Amino acid sequence: MALLQISEPGESPAPHQRRLAIGIDLGTTNSLVATVRNSIAVVLNDADGHPLLPSIVRYLADGSVQVGFAAEAQQARDAKNTIVSAKRFMGRGLKDVPYPENSPYDFVDAPGMVQIRTVAGVKSPVEVSAEILRTLRVRAEAALGISHGAASGEDGAGELYGAVITVPAYFDDAQRQATKDAAKLAGLNVMRLLNEPTAAAIAYGLDNAAEGIYAVFDLGGGTFDVSILKLSRGVFEVMATGGDSALGGDDFDHRLFCWVLERAKLAPLSDEDTRLMLSRARQVKEDLTNHVEARFNARLSTKEVVDVVVNQQDFWDMSQTLVAKTLAPTRRALRDAGLAAADVKGVVMVGGATRMPHVQRAVGELFGQVPLNNLDPDKVVALGAAMQANALAGNRSSEEDWLLLDVVPLSLGIETMGGLVEKVIPRNSTLPVSRAQEFTTFKDGQTAMAIHVVQGERELVSDCRSLARFELRGIPPMAAGAARIRVTYQVDADGLMSVAAREATTGVEASVAVKPSYGLSDGEITRMLRDSFEHARDDVHLRALREQQVEGSRMVESVRAALAQDGDLLDAEERAAIDAAISALEKSMAGTDHRGIKVAIERANRATDAFAARRMDRSVKSVLAGRNIATI
Amino acid sequence: MENRYRDMQREVHPDRFSTGTASEQRQSMEMATRVNEAYRTLRSPLLRARYMLELDGGDVAAETNTAMPREFLMQQMGWREVLEEAAEARNAQRLDALDAQVGAELDATFADVEVALDARDGATSASLVRKLMFLDKLREEIGAAQERLEN
Repeated sequence: MALLQISEPGESPAPHQRRLAIGIDLGTTNSLVATVRNSIAVVLNDADGHPLLPSIVRYLADGSVQVGFAAEAQQARDAKNTIVSAKRFMGRGLKDVPYPENSPYDFVDAPGMVQIRTVAGVKSPVEVSAEILRTLRVRAEAALGISHGAASGEDGAGELYGAVITVPAYFDDAQRQATKDAAKLAGLNVMRLLNEPTAAAIAYGLDNAAEGIYAVFDLGGGTFDVSILKLSRGVFEVMATGGDSALGGDDFDHRLFCWVLERAKLAPLSDEDTRLMLSRARQVKEDLTNHVEARFNARLSTKEVVDVVVNQQDFWDMSQTLVAKTLAPTRRALRDAGLAAADVKGVVMVGGATRMPHVQRAVGELFGQVPLNNLDPDKVVALGAAMQANALAGNRSSEEDWLLLDVVPLSLGIETMGGLVEKVIPRNSTLPVSRAQEFTTFKDGQTAMAIHVVQGERELVSDCRSLARFELRGIPPMAAGAARIRVTYQVDADGLMSVAAREATTGVEASVAVKPSYGLSDGEITRMLRDSFEHARDDVHLRALREQQVEGSRMVESVRAALAQDGDLLDAEERAAIDAAISALEKSMAGTDHRGIKVAIERANRATDAFAARRMDRSVKSVLAGRNIATI
Repeated sequence: MENRYRDMQREVHPDRFSTGTASEQRQSMEMATRVNEAYRTLRSPLLRARYMLELDGGDVAAETNTAMPREFLMQQMGWREVLEEAAEARNAQRLDALDAQVGAELDATFADVEVALDARDGATSASLVRKLMFLDKLREEIGAAQERLEN
């Protein structure tokens, strides 16, 4: 953060001041964690030297949990309790689950998000993802030498400062919120949700000092994204993004699975056999990357033996429609960016599924060039996330001074008369973005109004995804049409939406009640946190205290730095008020009352509000100094 | 303008304040939002024209004043008919041709707006900006039809 950076230009903060930060690629099939060490991003391996953690979680009857390879080894034997590809269910209802009939899970159609019944109880996809994130957190803490249970209130150097978690660019608000909830559940401080193709672009761009227009084509296990970026003078500007949050390597496996079922004329399979056949299908798909044919061989629980030879051409033919499904969003992203394929300087391939030769060929033909495959498609996203985490933690030196400008992937709109959508924020608007709309009442004395926010590109509400229903209450009673209610929609740098409403003639702030259509309520989050802490034998109070102490020292540190740099913006009285708030905060931090610290932080925040605004103005003026409208 | 925009975002973007206080983070988000809004307005010829008109005290009155020259309305109706037919017949070439035609009309109208704005002719500017809005909407619909055809 430039304004509060204390070190001299060109100088990194001393090693002991570095904050420990990690980047996590929470994938459909595999997950990874990376960090920046000595200015180089590295993936952190597990104790056995594996960089990838299979995104598989198995729940056992005794309440214990297996994550990764251990769970993978049992998936065919205990399919019902071994959750794979949980990412596909994040922020999704039962009706969104692709081919539930081929899935071994006992789905529970809970309001908000689908859940899965296991021997250890009903689990939400958020809880499953949290297990994966927690495993990666523990791995990172071990690698970074962070000892757990260390006494709180030290200088913070031994703490994990925060994490950047990647999400598919095409994830909607509900899916992003679910990911953030999972990280919270895993005890991570989320500094930012970062779009996967953007993370890849950082890793590629910084490594190759790339300048110009680049496309990132990211076909993962369960999601597809394509982003068009402009790289210029250290700014990574996303011009357009597109994709399909339910299309990935899994679908190719499934296509092959169905094809083999038909060939082998098999009777309906048990859950275990389905899982076995699907994992064989993946193996065959991978074999066909480098071989013209591969053998699909499986011994089922019914003693039946499946033995089918699949050749490359058959596989390409049966999955050609899936490849075509990636090209349409790619063309659209180009059109949204106002570019032709020929304007693109390089196409960076990301995600294990881009290894398939027919995907490579189709992308090469569309862009008229050979795609770039010089980065490990499995690791590049985690590496980019680590670089962003390092920057956000304030560790970068001035040579590493780059900035990301990302976009909102899907249009936000509201429901109007007749079930139609009125777009409020169009897709590909640069974040953060906000738009305001004015409404009026249509009845005398009307005091409430319902607003339904949706996300998507279609014209009918029923074809878009419902994000939230808001009820504006407390509108002062007036004649019909007299009230002027201004509703402001804000999408922040994580791509998450918030809404505020205000009645303009009286200045009354109408209260906004948010009922998430998808996603978890605060109550559910609290319950899960409680459950997971009991599970981890963690002390809820101690954690809350530590969190507030970290937050408090962060506040003290940044206010001190700001005062040192821009103290001249304050008069003596203003300065005294801030000093008082800060010493009150420090005093409360010495105690053990986490609520008291929270209150002191809020007070200090209010006391520094005007000061922060003046500093912001000063920095903007410094950019505009000596310019007028003609030279801007 | 692009460089100015980036320099400004370098100063105010929320990523610069991730270690800052809650109040700095909130203000940074508001500032970065405004910078984005300003850039969007200045970059789009339509929004820029509308903004300049408003700076000069003019008003597009888009909601209330829908009276347009008869000739222009006829042309609009003709184009919309072409759009419907081409979309129905899934005729991509015809859509592309229409897109080019409307694009050319947009460019010509922008040139007219420029002259009117320079002459501080509020009434003419407002009427031309309204025309731009019609054309822009039509072009958006052509784009949507092209997209449906591709999928």
